[in-house]
Amino acid sequence: MNASLTATVDGERLGLVASGAWTAERAAELEKIVDDTADRYAAARAIDIDLEKLERLDTFGAWLIERLSRSFTTHGSTTRIVGLSEADRGLMDEVRLTNRTPVAASGRLSPLLAMLDGIGRAMAESGRSLVLLAHLFGALTRATLGTVAHPTRLRLTSMVHHLERVGWRAVPIVTLSTFLIGAIIAQQGIFHFRTFGAEVYVVDMVGILVLREVGVLIVCVMVAGRSGSAYTAELGSMKMREEIDALRTMGFDPVEVLVLPRIVALIVAVPLLTFLGAIAALYGAGLVCWLYGGMEPDIFLSRLREAISVDTFSVGMIKAPFMALTIGLVACVEGFEVEGSAASLGQKTTASVVKSIFLVIVLDGIFAMFFAAIGM
Amino acid sequence: MTANATAISVRDLTVGFDGTTVLDHASLDVFEGEILGFVGGSGAGKSVLLRTIIGLLPKRSGTIEVFGTDLGALDDEGRRAIERRWGVLFQQGALFSSLTAQQNVEFPIRENLKISPQLVAEIALAKLEMVGLDANVRGKYPSELSGGMVKRVALARALALDPAIVFLDEPTSGLDPIGAAEFDALIRTLQRTLGLSVFMVTHDLDSLHTVCDRIAVLAERRIIATGSIEAMLASEHPWLKSYFRGERGRRVHH
Repeated sequence: MNASLTATVDGERLGLVASGAWTAERAAELEKIVDDTADRYAAARAIDIDLEKLERLDTFGAWLIERLSRSFTTHGSTTRIVGLSEADRGLMDEVRLTNRTPVAASGRLSPLLAMLDGIGRAMAESGRSLVLLAHLFGALTRATLGTVAHPTRLRLTSMVHHLERVGWRAVPIVTLSTFLIGAIIAQQGIFHFRTFGAEVYVVDMVGILVLREVGVLIVCVMVAGRSGSAYTAELGSMKMREEIDALRTMGFDPVEVLVLPRIVALIVAVPLLTFLGAIAALYGAGLVCWLYGGMEPDIFLSRLREAISVDTFSVGMIKAPFMALTIGLVACVEGFEVEGSAASLGQKTTASVVKSIFLVIVLDGIFAMFFAAIGM
Repeated sequence: MTANATAISVRDLTVGFDGTTVLDHASLDVFEGEILGFVGGSGAGKSVLLRTIIGLLPKRSGTIEVFGTDLGALDDEGRRAIERRWGVLFQQGALFSSLTAQQNVEFPIRENLKISPQLVAEIALAKLEMVGLDANVRGKYPSELSGGMVKRVALARALALDPAIVFLDEPTSGLDPIGAAEFDALIRTLQRTLGLSVFMVTHDLDSLHTVCDRIAVLAERRIIATGSIEAMLASEHPWLKSYFRGERGRRVHH
């Protein structure tokens, strides 16, 4: 079945005969035919469109005929449609009513303006997310005070459940990663310090680096990726399905019910994981020093005892709960920001992980300045 | 309207999961140009039959023919050609949440036909207007639409490629009675203008009375009856009696 449109010109009169199947499958060629015809005979004053030879007509064909007829009538010509079968009349009438409101052309910005627009929006957005962070921190503080005043309101079951998920279940992967990091730092240290004959100082480097910085950072990155993203996705899908609104209407404070147990679990879990991580990293470093650097374990231990103090250990441990709080707050804020769509859930989960890791690093920098100032 | 040619013909269809059999040698015909109402108890397997016909669930045995073509004997190419001839309205709409109403309708057109973006947009808007939505809905995301609007956009998407068959899974569930009646009328109008065959899973007795040409009943793992609403009301089968002439059924009827 071919679709075609044949034209016969008779003075000012133009006769168009449509034949064949005017359907979706032929829409591409039909569109071309219709546009060409409209261009070529733009000068015609009176047009008859004869549909008698049509074999099949669907919305695509009907719309193209309507479009053709409209292209003539906008020039002030008169168009008649003849030979329309009873079966297709309803469809043509229906189509005639559509596309009457012109599509408003969306204002396009120039590339430079679009770039500036993007930067401006991004700045406003980051400002807004800081405000939201402060909001949630305030709400969390209030919920904590409320719980301290009425300890029975503490959701112990929920807290223990989250503690198991973010703490206990994270132990294998966190210890494995930190073990490897410790081993790698020691190996690199030995390899490069050997040229100066300063292999013994590898122990100092590993001890200080792992306990003060790397241990807690690695743990936080793992926790942000593992648990922060899960928090965002959970709260986000609860928001999408109106579960959070349901909680609110039942008189519960979502911050107290959902956020507080999650963040408390993180604040408890991250220091514990940091402690375990530091041990695993030192163990990995010791093993590498022994097997690769040829340093006996008791020499490693005695060297380590001289290199580090309780302060070194405390610095890492003091940072851990603050970083946990940051990760938890960012994850929950992003979760509450999720809107109706699946894409938004994905975006916010990504944003949660990226922002929390970034803020953890910023916080680490602030702590470094603080500890330097107080001489720790 | 030729009432004799079959659009869909299901023969001895058996479908099951693990140990349970949901459909046992079920047979059903949908004629061209009719609206078939498909009823059955909750969990009786209505959606299973629907999903098996459109190929979302595997069958154990039996044949499904659409326009005389056995779906089981088709290669990928032939399957795609058949799939373009039907549209499905899912119960919850199943609109893509990251696309606007207009983009949702444009999606199947854009993917299947090589036509200019302008024509794609015009057809999509025409479909949205045909299902009774006005132009300012086009830029909205599904989360910004009401339940009735979501169903209408989903119907416009199901009709995007001018299918010959439309499957509707509980189209009026979750709509208020006025909205449901309007939706029924819309289905009837579109069925007439576009010459559609409609397979409608429904629980809505009003829909069964007002728009369905024929009714098929699924119970005891097979199709126990097909026929007009009058035939259903006259039947003495205990399940049909309690469904159509129970307390709720009577209220609609009288």
